[in-house]
Amino acid sequence: MHMHKFEKIWLIFGIGTLLVFLTVLGVSAFYLGNQPPSCLATINPEKVDTTAPFNEPGLKKVEGKDWDYELVYVAQAFAYSPGEIEVPLGAKVKVIATTKDVIHGFQVAGTNINMMLEPGYISEYVTTFDKAGEYLILCNEYCGSGHHMMTSKIKVVE
Amino acid sequence: MNTLNAKIDPRDGKLVMAHFYVAFIALAVGGLAGLLQTLVRSGKFVLPAGIGYYQILTVHGVVLGLVLTTFFIMGFQIAATSRTSGTLSNLQRKLGWIGFWLMTAGTLMAATMILLNKASVLYTFYAPLQAHFIYYLGLTLVVVGSWVDGAAVLGKYISWRKQNPGQPSPLITFMAVVNTMLWIVATIGVAATVLFQLLPWSLGIVDRVDVLVSRTLFWYFGHPLVYFWLLPAYMAWYVVIPKVIGAKIFSDSLARLSFILFLLFSIPVGFHHQLMEPGIDPAWKFLQVILTFLVVIPSLMTAFSLFATFESYGRSKGATGLFGWFKKLPWGDARFTVPFIGMLSFIPAGAGGLVNASHQLNQVIHNTIWVTGHFHLTLATAVVLTFFGISYWLVPHVTGRVLTKAMNKLAIYQGVLWAIGMTFMSGAMHAAGLLGAPRRSSFSEYGGAAQATEWIPYQIAQAVGGTILFVAIILMLYIFVNLAFFAPKGEEEFPIGEVSDKAEKSPMVFENWKLWLGITALLILFAYTIPFIDMIQNAPIGSKGYKLW
Amino acid sequence: MAKMELNRKTKTEIEDSSSLKGTLASVFLLGFFLIVTWVSVYFLFLDRF
Repeated sequence: MHMHKFEKIWLIFGIGTLLVFLTVLGVSAFYLGNQPPSCLATINPEKVDTTAPFNEPGLKKVEGKDWDYELVYVAQAFAYSPGEIEVPLGAKVKVIATTKDVIHGFQVAGTNINMMLEPGYISEYVTTFDKAGEYLILCNEYCGSGHHMMTSKIKVVE
Repeated sequence: MNTLNAKIDPRDGKLVMAHFYVAFIALAVGGLAGLLQTLVRSGKFVLPAGIGYYQILTVHGVVLGLVLTTFFIMGFQIAATSRTSGTLSNLQRKLGWIGFWLMTAGTLMAATMILLNKASVLYTFYAPLQAHFIYYLGLTLVVVGSWVDGAAVLGKYISWRKQNPGQPSPLITFMAVVNTMLWIVATIGVAATVLFQLLPWSLGIVDRVDVLVSRTLFWYFGHPLVYFWLLPAYMAWYVVIPKVIGAKIFSDSLARLSFILFLLFSIPVGFHHQLMEPGIDPAWKFLQVILTFLVVIPSLMTAFSLFATFESYGRSKGATGLFGWFKKLPWGDARFTVPFIGMLSFIPAGAGGLVNASHQLNQVIHNTIWVTGHFHLTLATAVVLTFFGISYWLVPHVTGRVLTKAMNKLAIYQGVLWAIGMTFMSGAMHAAGLLGAPRRSSFSEYGGAAQATEWIPYQIAQAVGGTILFVAIILMLYIFVNLAFFAPKGEEEFPIGEVSDKAEKSPMVFENWKLWLGITALLILFAYTIPFIDMIQNAPIGSKGYKLW
Repeated sequence: MAKMELNRKTKTEIEDSSSLKGTLASVFLLGFFLIVTWVSVYFLFLDRF
């Protein structure tokens, strides 16, 4: 099959670019640990309120772990618990969340914290809150008529 | 090629038009729903009579994403096959009609449930939100109908091959066959979740549903779905557009190669829609990210082929310099200009798509309105404008009428208006999405949050764009009705490009379906088997149904 | 250079007519657009927590 010389140049350049992108993503994911949220832990969605850590939603200081705080959220139609939280600037936090009913989309607007909450699964993401300010938490997966009313707030304070 | 019909047989034409009537009714209904959504999201408008935002959002998605596309594509592929491989046999045509009526019945069933507000679950119907079983049944009929419809195309292809042993099939028939196969392999996933999970569950036969398995089966279907939309546009770009502008097809074999690559690589990539999900191992996600990047390659090839067609044509008309050929293109011909706007929009669309598929980069934009902006460039501009461009000649070709100069001019205005409206709407969606604004959400001030206030100007820009787009839709409907019923009688050409005389014959290996479907199956098994077993072995307790609207 | 020999006929007839340099330039412009978009969002990802 004949291919024009310029098309070969273009495809080598194009495929090379794709390879560079994939390498950057792969190194970032597997070497630096920037994987998308994939906790792989399960929970009974009907017993969330009595299962640790979801029996006590909120911010908790922890010792002897790779992170300083654990921030626990429970989602249900159409609210997040807790509704407002303060996090110290520079804290390394593991955000842990799950849902009691349908699928919700846990997103802290303007950050990389963006994870699907699916009934039966726990979602986690570790990050350092290194920019002060007020951040809106919303639901970004349709969950019913009050979907756009689901909110919570994180204040990152000095 | 003695089977080439310069004109489609009127009996096949009738079947094609039946599909197009439904498609354009869908455009009218879905377009109106879209306009209302952008108005609601601007915050300046409230829906009357207690109609829910998510109800019209479901209408918009089902009617445009599933109905308009499937009906148009089936109609176009039947037309292309009948034109290049010969008139359908009576049996094949009967299959086409059975498929058409099954799809239509299914559409009416689903539409009724949506209108009764018993199915405000959007067109992705993620469990455990539970719609009325008739909604799922209706969608099943649409899919099954499309299989029967597709059987007409496959049947014609098989009989052509029998009559022309050792010959490569006509290019556009070959492409229609690839897209039909892609569709059948892809829809197995959505058929499986609907038949084995959602229908029994919504009927109350089983109590609980495995949410992750259902989503995974949906997205096994959901990404090839977008290629099923795109490939008919590529057919027009590769085969029809060269003839419209008076050029030759750049390369028959490279066109076939790119279609085969789409068949192979567009299916085992569904995880890139599930990158933010808790129940899938990140290594398997990354594997499917790699496979997703492979499906970029045939689009890179397509870009080159198209530019090369245009440049060769321009130079044959005496163009010189680096970009002189650009001015030689027939800008006054809507059959070229409108799809060309679609091609241009595929450049930012492709760039956005690369971001979406990029593993952890997906965190920045996942489920933000950036994604909506993205597929309004791919589907709602590149694909849809090409479909409009096809209608400008295919509808009069079939109805025995002509595209008049006045209609041609109106069609160009329509395309330009679409481009302007979409620049506003999709541009604002991309920008607001980067700031964090969510998709699929009614107007909300989010308790007065400062971040949400920043999004409102972009939402107003979306409403401006949406309004312009709605005007463009009305123009399109006017043109369609004119071409179907009122335009002057005459002969409108069905343009099918020819390969340049110097080109070599396409190798027969492209028609070796055992080989290609075999590799497709292997890739699917490779990408899905282990994570799927994982999901089932480590499944949490299933979910009961919820009706939260 | 075997390819040039095959195409010699057209090459000699019209010097410029079979050139695809405009195509090459166009696809590279497209390629750079893809790269700029991707890199911008990548930096947004790095900048955010």
